[in-house]
Amino acid sequence: MFAFEFMRHAFAATGIVAVLSGLVGYFMVLRGESFAGHALSHVGFAGATGALLLGVPPLWGLLALTVAAGLAMGLGGRGTTQGRDVAIGLVLSCTLGFGLLFLHFLTTSATRATALLFGNVLGVDGAMLGWLALFGTACLAAMAVLSRPLLFASLQPEAAEARGVPLRAISTAFLAIVAIATAECVQVTGVLLVFALMVGPAATAQRLTASPGRGIVLSVVLAVAEGWGGLALSWWTDCPTSFWISALSTLAYLLACLPGVRGRVCLRP
Amino acid sequence: MTVGDDMTDACCDAAGRMPPPGPAAPPVRLDRATIRIGGRTILSDASLTVSEGAFVGVLGPNGAGKTSLMRAILGIVPVAAGEISVFGRPVGRGNRDIGYMPQFHGRVVPRLDGRSFIAAALHGERWGLPCDWRWGGHRRHDAAEVDRVLALVRATHLAERPIHQLSGGERQRLLLAQALVGRPRLLLLDEPLASLDPHGQRAVVALVNDIRRQLGIAVLFSTHDLNPLLGVMDEVLYVGRGAARLGPVDEVATGPVLSALYGTPVEVIRAGGRIFVVADT
Repeated sequence: MFAFEFMRHAFAATGIVAVLSGLVGYFMVLRGESFAGHALSHVGFAGATGALLLGVPPLWGLLALTVAAGLAMGLGGRGTTQGRDVAIGLVLSCTLGFGLLFLHFLTTSATRATALLFGNVLGVDGAMLGWLALFGTACLAAMAVLSRPLLFASLQPEAAEARGVPLRAISTAFLAIVAIATAECVQVTGVLLVFALMVGPAATAQRLTASPGRGIVLSVVLAVAEGWGGLALSWWTDCPTSFWISALSTLAYLLACLPGVRGRVCLRP
Repeated sequence: MTVGDDMTDACCDAAGRMPPPGPAAPPVRLDRATIRIGGRTILSDASLTVSEGAFVGVLGPNGAGKTSLMRAILGIVPVAAGEISVFGRPVGRGNRDIGYMPQFHGRVVPRLDGRSFIAAALHGERWGLPCDWRWGGHRRHDAAEVDRVLALVRATHLAERPIHQLSGGERQRLLLAQALVGRPRLLLLDEPLASLDPHGQRAVVALVNDIRRQLGIAVLFSTHDLNPLLGVMDEVLYVGRGAARLGPVDEVATGPVLSALYGTPVEVIRAGGRIFVVADT
């Protein structure tokens, strides 16, 4: 299957996106912000279809709107959980509605819409791969600087604030990174299935190990394994890649929930 | 450079002087301090001095500003007028001399073990990778510090267990350990007795007192009920209606003083070595 350039591109793109999703997803799950990522991807849908309408590559529309929404969510501050649920729900429906409106004005809508909603990793070309690598590297670099105060702020916000961690700046910066990771993830899994790579592996890792260091590594390894596994399975079965990725992601989580699995997979030294 | 350093330096430069010598300066000093939050006056023109190594119980009606006072000492809530100093230096965010244990909110408990939870607080204000990812000498040094605070709160056996499987009292001990990371000289404990049964309350008070004596540090301990602290605390600090009174229990926990602080007639009844504060409605 590596004889074809589109498969090589697909594997490279999935690898890049999975590493980023596994890492960023770990902190999303830890912070209870999983649905923030979901909302951001829907915002991205409106951005992508809007970009298509304007004749711009959809990635730029995706990035512009997800990052803007991420920053707005971060600066808007932490409200009550209920308020946040309502806000996210409204943003979800509103942006999907706009996405539909933009699609309505596009004549070639059907395939484009499916590609955005459910991903089209086999269509990634060399240029796109370059952009994915560039933004992916930038996010990894940012996370390398941010992860320590982010971990402290996620676990004990009041204590972190007392030690001088700038909570709002940290959470805003993190949501901007989540936004970029989401936009990247849409290229592989599509808008509707970003959970499969961003939340699935991270949640599985947190079930399997109680140490953040191992958890992050495991989350990244699982994301890459599920992403590449999904590609390979789709090659052999001729079923959509995103289906296989989401199936593997769910399966891994269910396996991790089985009693006794945790002790067997991740013993502490 | 760390976020913490940055903030502390900025604060001292703003005051335009070098920090005075440490040992003589009291852990906390309020000099005609006023604290306002959103137009509400928490403290007005309050002056008091907490002495070195003292165990101070912080009491007052709900919403009187016990938490706000602690956050002002931490430099998070600004001082509107007057001055609050910690070991002789004006308050500023990220003061490494203070260990803070916030009130426990019933937020989702992460699936992490106790050791990782405490390690996250270790220089958690610095940029870079989490402690887990450091190696060599740094790693050993970090591990030794986590072991030290775990031993202090007698929670060494809890280190490897996931937090979500621990009891409320066990979690409290880990939060206390987190506050002790980095060898602070002043501990601010916000309602550590909330949601504990009487047995658990006595255990926490005794533990905090042991740690205070062992390390010679001052403790501000806020609580709803002063009885669990009787016999342990050196002084009581009552906050209410914008005023604060610090002094020995027998002088402050009296009908006239508390009536003034609560703004309603209050009777103080002593019976069987316990003190009952009764609002006379």
